[in-house]
Amino acid sequence: MGANVRKRARHGYVTPLLWPSIGYFEFNVMTCLNLLTAKDVTYICPYIGALRGTLTVTNYRLFFKCMDREPAFVLDLPLGVVSRVEKIGGASSRGEVSYGLACKDIRNLRFAHKQMEDSLRKSIFEILMKCAFPVSNGLTIFAFEYGQVYPENGWKVYDAQAEYKRQGLPNESWRITKVNDHYELCDTYPSTLVVPVNIPDEELKRVAAFRAKGRIPVLSWIHPESQATVIRCSQPMVGVNGKRSKDDEKYLQTIMDANAQSHKLFIFDARPSVNAAANKMKGGGYESEDAYQNAELVFLDIHNIHVMRESLRKLKEVVYPNIEESHWFSNLESTHWLEHIKLILAGALRIADKVESGKTSVVVHCSDGWDRTAQLASLAMVMLDGHYRTIRGFQVLLEKEWLSFGHRFQLRIGHGDKNHTDADRSPVFLQFIDCVWQMTRQFPAAFEFNEYFLITILDHLYSCLFGTFMCNSEQQRVKEKTVSLWAYINSQPEEFTNPLYVNYSNHVLFPVVSMRHLELWVGYYIRWNPRMRPQEPVHQRYKELLAKRAELQKRVEELQREVTNRSASSSSERAGSPTRSITPVQTFV
Amino acid sequence: MRMFDGRVLLKQVILLFWPLISTWVQGAEKIDSCQLQVLEMLSSLGSAGGKSAKPSFVSYVTPEEIKSEKEPSRKEKHPDLLPGEVVFCSASTVLKYTQDDLSQRGVFGVLLCTNFRVSFVSDEEPTEEMGQLFKNKLYGENDIPLSCVDNIYGGSEDKRKLITGGLVKNKYPSKMIIHCKDLRVFQFSLSFSKEEDAKKIFQGIVHHCLEPKSLRCLFAFSYCENTSYPEAQRKKQTVMFDSVEDWTQDMKRTKGNCRVVSENSNFELSPKLPQYFIVPKNVSDEDLTKYQGKGLPMWCWSHHSGCALFKTASIPLVQEDNVPQTYMEKMLTAVAHNHLYSVKTEDLSDTLPTVQDILLSYNKFKQFFLIDNTTEFWMSDMKWFSSLDNCGWLDIIRQCLQKAVEVVESLEKENTNVLIMEEGGSDLCCVVSSLVQLMLDPYYRTLLGFQSLVQKEWVAGGHAFLDRSNHLHLKDKVESQSPVFLLFLECVWQLQQQHGPAFQFSETYLTVLSDSVHVPVFTTFLFNNDGHRDSLLRAESPHTQRSPLNCPTVWDWSVQFDCKAQDLFTNPLYTEKPKQDTSVRKSYRPRHLRQLSLPSSAFKTPPKKGFFKDEADNLKKILGVKRLSRWMLSPSSDSPQTSSSVREFYEAWQTKPLDYHGLLLPCLDGPSIRVWMQRYLRWIHDVQILGGGPVAMLSKVSEILGEVQELQRQLDRHGCTLTSNHKGARPRAKTAAAVIAARSSVRLSSSFPFVTSRNWAFKPAIPTSLLQSLMVTGMPGNLADREDDGGPESLV
Repeated sequence: MGANVRKRARHGYVTPLLWPSIGYFEFNVMTCLNLLTAKDVTYICPYIGALRGTLTVTNYRLFFKCMDREPAFVLDLPLGVVSRVEKIGGASSRGEVSYGLACKDIRNLRFAHKQMEDSLRKSIFEILMKCAFPVSNGLTIFAFEYGQVYPENGWKVYDAQAEYKRQGLPNESWRITKVNDHYELCDTYPSTLVVPVNIPDEELKRVAAFRAKGRIPVLSWIHPESQATVIRCSQPMVGVNGKRSKDDEKYLQTIMDANAQSHKLFIFDARPSVNAAANKMKGGGYESEDAYQNAELVFLDIHNIHVMRESLRKLKEVVYPNIEESHWFSNLESTHWLEHIKLILAGALRIADKVESGKTSVVVHCSDGWDRTAQLASLAMVMLDGHYRTIRGFQVLLEKEWLSFGHRFQLRIGHGDKNHTDADRSPVFLQFIDCVWQMTRQFPAAFEFNEYFLITILDHLYSCLFGTFMCNSEQQRVKEKTVSLWAYINSQPEEFTNPLYVNYSNHVLFPVVSMRHLELWVGYYIRWNPRMRPQEPVHQRYKELLAKRAELQKRVEELQREVTNRSASSSSERAGSPTRSITPVQTFV
Repeated sequence: MRMFDGRVLLKQVILLFWPLISTWVQGAEKIDSCQLQVLEMLSSLGSAGGKSAKPSFVSYVTPEEIKSEKEPSRKEKHPDLLPGEVVFCSASTVLKYTQDDLSQRGVFGVLLCTNFRVSFVSDEEPTEEMGQLFKNKLYGENDIPLSCVDNIYGGSEDKRKLITGGLVKNKYPSKMIIHCKDLRVFQFSLSFSKEEDAKKIFQGIVHHCLEPKSLRCLFAFSYCENTSYPEAQRKKQTVMFDSVEDWTQDMKRTKGNCRVVSENSNFELSPKLPQYFIVPKNVSDEDLTKYQGKGLPMWCWSHHSGCALFKTASIPLVQEDNVPQTYMEKMLTAVAHNHLYSVKTEDLSDTLPTVQDILLSYNKFKQFFLIDNTTEFWMSDMKWFSSLDNCGWLDIIRQCLQKAVEVVESLEKENTNVLIMEEGGSDLCCVVSSLVQLMLDPYYRTLLGFQSLVQKEWVAGGHAFLDRSNHLHLKDKVESQSPVFLLFLECVWQLQQQHGPAFQFSETYLTVLSDSVHVPVFTTFLFNNDGHRDSLLRAESPHTQRSPLNCPTVWDWSVQFDCKAQDLFTNPLYTEKPKQDTSVRKSYRPRHLRQLSLPSSAFKTPPKKGFFKDEADNLKKILGVKRLSRWMLSPSSDSPQTSSSVREFYEAWQTKPLDYHGLLLPCLDGPSIRVWMQRYLRWIHDVQILGGGPVAMLSKVSEILGEVQELQRQLDRHGCTLTSNHKGARPRAKTAAAVIAARSSVRLSSSFPFVTSRNWAFKPAIPTSLLQSLMVTGMPGNLADREDDGGPESLV
């Protein structure tokens, strides 16, 4: 196994092309194993053409370097992003065999290799198949071996009690229950839940019996003034016969009563009404307005995970590798991607509007309450609460609404699983991040984090380097064994900070959800195309000006000191000092 | 009966105009009597055949209310008239609907029609607004300059009908919808006014907005007679290109070596030729007048390598006639002689859309923004992207930019002279040549430089502004109407959007400039060419002592905006060219410096398609081929090649470090060409991002820029202090956006500075009709019906 010389990885994980200065990872010597190095491999770049270089595969990533170019061309991707490895065709005319890697981050890579070194080529393919899909091969995902130590333990970023305390909970209407401490009430829910004070744990169990997967309505967010709440849950088990549950009805009534400002309760069902009705065949369904008095049911028409997966597949076809110039907008429209984004944002906007303007509590659910519900609840919370627009607040939001409430990351992403056609895979989380990005576009000064923060989160959604997006629920997540993504991000917050951020935390953001203002996130979906150079001239200019201001301030102060000194030496009866420090003009956006 | 009525009306209309015209000729003092006459005429016009007024409407305003408002308002409620402005007719208790509101709410007021505008004066007390800062001094938010009216619709109940001018029948619609060229939409209800008044105002507005009129009727003429602009102020620093000096100066600046022609200063050579222009050195005097200037290469700009860009109106090719061919060859040789004996020709008529295509496309495009109500808006939202593609407007923008990049490539990379041509030589030639200069020459990206560029290429260059805008609604000019200048501004906006820090002027500046085209006050946009202007202004001023009428140009921004508002024209991202930092620039341009130092004979570009060498035979041969190819080849057949070459050129440029004071190239890929949001979306309530939009970003930048400038000043002062020990007052310098932001507690919206967010409830726009938008059925396996979890086995 000459090629399999075990060697320490010399090169860090660099997000290819776009952010070359970022993220130099020092690897734990023992955990990153260099499994193969092959020379004279051709990478067929869709933009530059064929590049000849050295390919290295470790148990974490694939590294290709071509020294023929100035500067050297480097391709470095974590194997976690690989969704599919396949051999392409037979031997070509040049006697090369090629194999393609379809990636989860909207790109395909193609390598070719001379056939004569047959044994070696085979080993590249085999090793890729093995390392890219550790779960299918009975190996461990790299996140469980990654042993980098960061100054901060990222798992401590979110503390459910502390977050609820920030919201002013518990209070006279809401209590924190320990009924799910051992995940007995609901194994996909977090251990800490906020429920109405008047409902004892015994009744919660009866409510759980009426809600799909036992995911009872619990509080996600409470308005600091009106006490209107955002409640999330799964669908009620109504079934074809229109079953009712007195406990569930009473429970929702209590939720409504907890908000004195309104005598109404809005139930937002994320699904199209047709799909919600179809769920009755399987025992599910939706709340009938007869059974739930004072409740108004609204369908938000957001499609299921399969539609979204198909939409992303089409989007990839349109944007990678090249963009057809002439029919760009029609092609984009045909993917429906932005329409789905619009529907999700519109749903969240309606929720936020009801809570903020209507001072009404809302209940959000879809079928199981871990996909569309997570999208809607967390987006509404980003609109309503400025805390979630900070770097740490956003981390808390993800930890809370996505990780602890059991968005099934393992299934939706398919970490380390070679079954790329798995119907459980879906870009639900990607859509959420896209929606947040759309909001950062509309409110460029309202978010503490920048675009790179969002891209980094998405990159590590697939990278399998951190434990954050592993597993399907809080119960499954064994935090001690992995490093949290937030440990890395919080170790260099300046990289992820939006210089234009103004903390107007008390402002509610209502994005415009018209297609006129939605745009494709070029910086993410088309980032592999070198023609789409990322530009942040405003940020750059702002930083320059900040530096310039600091410099000038320093010089002014120096001069002032000099003036003071001179006048002090010339006249001893100097009374009112003329020195005046520059007070920065109050910032306002 | 109707025919008869019509003739009577026609007579009256003609009658109506005689006094006006004669008044203008005779001077300003008669205006008042003229006004009276006009009013009389109009009132008789309105009452002819009309029934007596009777209350034929149901109003939720009590008659008392109407009465109490009407009596005093009749005389008081009119806008502050501009000098020379005359009220034609007016009607009170007109209801102006609140924009984009289906609930039919609105405000009552007086609707007037003057010789300048249609104006609505609200009965409500005007509130002091922070938006006043960006107030246009000529017209307010409820005024529509007559030439800004795009279409008028008559509406009753649910129907709406386009009013096409001509003689309006005795009927008048209960609702009048006015679409403006700056994309505002006004809806007025006439059903609460007196029938007589309503008819009068409707007919008056239709008449003055849509009927053909003579150029002398444009407001500029009566305005200019009644105002005076000191010459010194007028000129400021924009180079007007109306003198030999301006042209010579510009040629010197770019180190060109062509010949300035001043022989036409009194239009002796031809009224169709510009007053002053520059041609290649080898063009002889007699060449100048052949074919009325057609085929004459006009110098636009010289590249620092020595090659230059020329434009010309192409000579129509006549079969069996060799004379134009020979002339053309001679001209090409003259161009080739300018530098390195090479020339590349670009016939824009072959590769770019025609002016009619441009108009058609724009007419489709603008409809997306002329929104009458919210439902319509959200309906159109579903097919927004494909509609954008279908109207082709963005594609036309892309084509123009691409053509400009091709020309830039020839100049910058191949150092070839380029001659662009088209039929008239003053439409797409202007677009492309101006864009080329913007990309290559950082001077034109400054505010004054840009204004000079428009003067040079468009005004002096003879773009037929009058015919293209058809302000006069002449029936025979309908064909020539086309928003070519707007197309140019769109292209500039794209460049600016992609390379913000390279431009001294802001997006707001471009938007305001695009609006100003429709304000018939500025000489800049009133004429077809130099000769046209000269003949008209000469004829217009019988008093010899006041020779040529002294109208402001659009560059006199103080006519429209005060200084504070003008601050918004500058782009806070713009960085001045670093003065001492030549090292960076050197690395960018050494290639050309080296080439410049080469003796011209030593460097010859290899002949290829579109290149011409000095040898006459060869030239003829190639020219023949070129001519032939013009007819034989379809434009699309060779476009993939050029587009891939442009692609390579762009990519090569892109790999170099970006220098905002050097060459700029636009990215032309699909997502990079965008809709000019500020211009098109500013009036649509449902898409205003409250507290967001670019202003949220830019105001922060301009704020800190103000602080930096302030510190700089302080530093300078301290420098003095050290020597003189003198302390001056401390001026507070902040840019306008920062001032507005700081002054008000209102959050700015994405349509800043055009609309203030005052009337808007802090309520989000919830899209209607969402579900229909998604046609997800018919997908493989009907994914929409599937369960969220589990594989295919769990299909519902």
